[in-house]
Amino acid sequence: MRRLEIILSRFVWFIPTLFGLLLVVFLIANVVPTDPARIIAGENATEAQLAILRAQLGLDEPIYVQFFIYVRDLLSGDMGRSLYTQREISDDLLRRLPATMELTLVSITLAILIGVPFGVISAIRANTWVDQTLRVISVSGLAVASFWFAIELQLFFSTRLGWMPLNGRIAGFGPERITGFLLIDSVITGDWASLRSAMWHLILPTLTLALPAAATLLRFTRAGVLEVINSNYVLYETAMGFPRALVVWKYVLRNALISTVTQIGLIFGTLFAGAVVVEAVFDWPGLGTYAVQSILQSDTKAILGFSILVGVVFIGINLLVDIVHTFIDPRMVK
Amino acid sequence: MSQPLLKVDGLSLGFRGDGGFAHILDGVNVTIQPGEIMGLVGESGCGKTTLARAVLGVLPRNGLQIRGGAIRLRDIDMLSHEPAEVGRQNRVRGRKVTFIPQDPFTSLNPVLTIGEQIDDLMKWKSPLRDPDERSYWPTLLRPYPRAARKADREKVMETLDEVQLPQPAQILKKYPHEVSGGQRQRLMIAMALLPEPELIIADEPTTALDVTIQAQILGVLRKLASDRGVAVMLTTHDLGSAYEICDAITVMYAGQEVEAAPVGSFFNAPAHPYTAKLLASRPDAGGSMTGIPGELPNFYAPPAGCRFITRCDRATERCTIRPEPTRFAAGHVARCYHPLTAPESDRKEKRA
Repeated sequence: MRRLEIILSRFVWFIPTLFGLLLVVFLIANVVPTDPARIIAGENATEAQLAILRAQLGLDEPIYVQFFIYVRDLLSGDMGRSLYTQREISDDLLRRLPATMELTLVSITLAILIGVPFGVISAIRANTWVDQTLRVISVSGLAVASFWFAIELQLFFSTRLGWMPLNGRIAGFGPERITGFLLIDSVITGDWASLRSAMWHLILPTLTLALPAAATLLRFTRAGVLEVINSNYVLYETAMGFPRALVVWKYVLRNALISTVTQIGLIFGTLFAGAVVVEAVFDWPGLGTYAVQSILQSDTKAILGFSILVGVVFIGINLLVDIVHTFIDPRMVK
Repeated sequence: MSQPLLKVDGLSLGFRGDGGFAHILDGVNVTIQPGEIMGLVGESGCGKTTLARAVLGVLPRNGLQIRGGAIRLRDIDMLSHEPAEVGRQNRVRGRKVTFIPQDPFTSLNPVLTIGEQIDDLMKWKSPLRDPDERSYWPTLLRPYPRAARKADREKVMETLDEVQLPQPAQILKKYPHEVSGGQRQRLMIAMALLPEPELIIADEPTTALDVTIQAQILGVLRKLASDRGVAVMLTTHDLGSAYEICDAITVMYAGQEVEAAPVGSFFNAPAHPYTAKLLASRPDAGGSMTGIPGELPNFYAPPAGCRFITRCDRATERCTIRPEPTRFAAGHVARCYHPLTAPESDRKEKRA
């Protein structure tokens, strides 16, 4: 079948894309003038001690050998150890991944729920006051810096009004860890207090992340709807007396969504980048705070691991988007 | 004569654009009797499609101005904005009046299967149910009960069979791009027939198709419409096919109807010089391929009198005054001071 062919060809591209990502990230990490051996050994270490340490870490090899060794280890799931904690980087990352995924997935859902309907409304009311108002809101939504917005939200809703928790993921110990997604785990274990707490903690960080994403989706949905609203099939359906709501929310939106879905995949990348900032502000125990720590400590291998994991997730999400694409646009399959 | 099904009475409308006001329709009169197949003939740009869209209520809204006249379907004012009248318009749209579009390639939604689109049509427009049926469901959530769907599907299969679509069950599962142009236009005809309308507006239904398929499609349309007594307003620029399938013909020129007649007297005794030239320029009538010399008048500043004055070799001083429709025979009218046949009033005077 044609759909399977498309999916397989995307999968095949997955490998070179990932390799390219690996190469770029590895080079950048090694170009930065830091010496991991010196960081570990401390300032008082002698040259001889440093040389031994470099040999242990494999740093005395030429860079292409280091790259080869890194890739070989990576293939067996080994990202090396953190220079500081000496823990497996892959373990740390996987433990923190669910927190970030939960944050970004809830945010993208919220962004879709806000951005798509308002994009449609903006388009069918194009150039009226409704459209203008939404335009002003969405442009400012994009222009506002997320760290500033996050802090404002904290100051207002947590500090001033005391309605929302200031930071963290949950109050108390949380549900038993099964998937690492607090919302899912608390539902599975029936721990409703944890569920409430987790949801409550999610509100401000997801708002911070979702609003700019919603603004982008709104612009794209609006453009997509405007493109099809004057098409012949909309004229036909209107002339045949199809109810307006059916024409707009089914016939038009299904077509407009094709470009919006592509956008959702790309937005996911910006959400991950945004999560680094938002997690720092809200003290969210996810990949973002880990990345910030690693960067501040020049923990090269940890940074490398983080970049690769985020890259894999991003490529994976876009692969998923491509698959969804073949379902919403049947012309791709033919 | 019985009460007409559709009466377009002195309709004038146009669009405000960069060059000023474009007079697209200027006092058009068109009458269609129940069960009649009416050919609306004219060159591109004469206002055929605009008239068809006006009847369907899908005129583009940008800069539109309706300057006068009326469209009545039976007793419904199709141009009214009164809420009660708009309600009646919505009830007949897609039920009593249906549409066959010009381009079957772009008139079906590309991302939904044909079956799903026909299901939506029948869910809302099935003749098996009362159009005034009340539902408390919001539009998008309205259920389509299994029994109703089953009855509708039977009717769909029957109709698809009648338009001679091969393997209708398979076609319903396909997407529009997976079937040929001729099949798509058969589908459009089936969809136009399904709500059991009284009037079908067919806007140049064959221009986008291969010549070999055109005749088949028109044949299907003609047969099914006359079998069911459905009136058709068929816009076309092809006089030959109009002659084959129409009962009556209205010729439009630059936003006006210049002549309307039953198909017999239209071809045997045309009154308007434009009609005569149209007939003479048909390739199959041995006409030259040069067509009619001259061009359509400018929309922004049309001639005040007869619209054909710039291209007519019979024009006189008198033609600068706007000619009104004159009766030539039963159902035969034309707007001309110097017709090729004598108007009815002249003949009566001579007899007297």
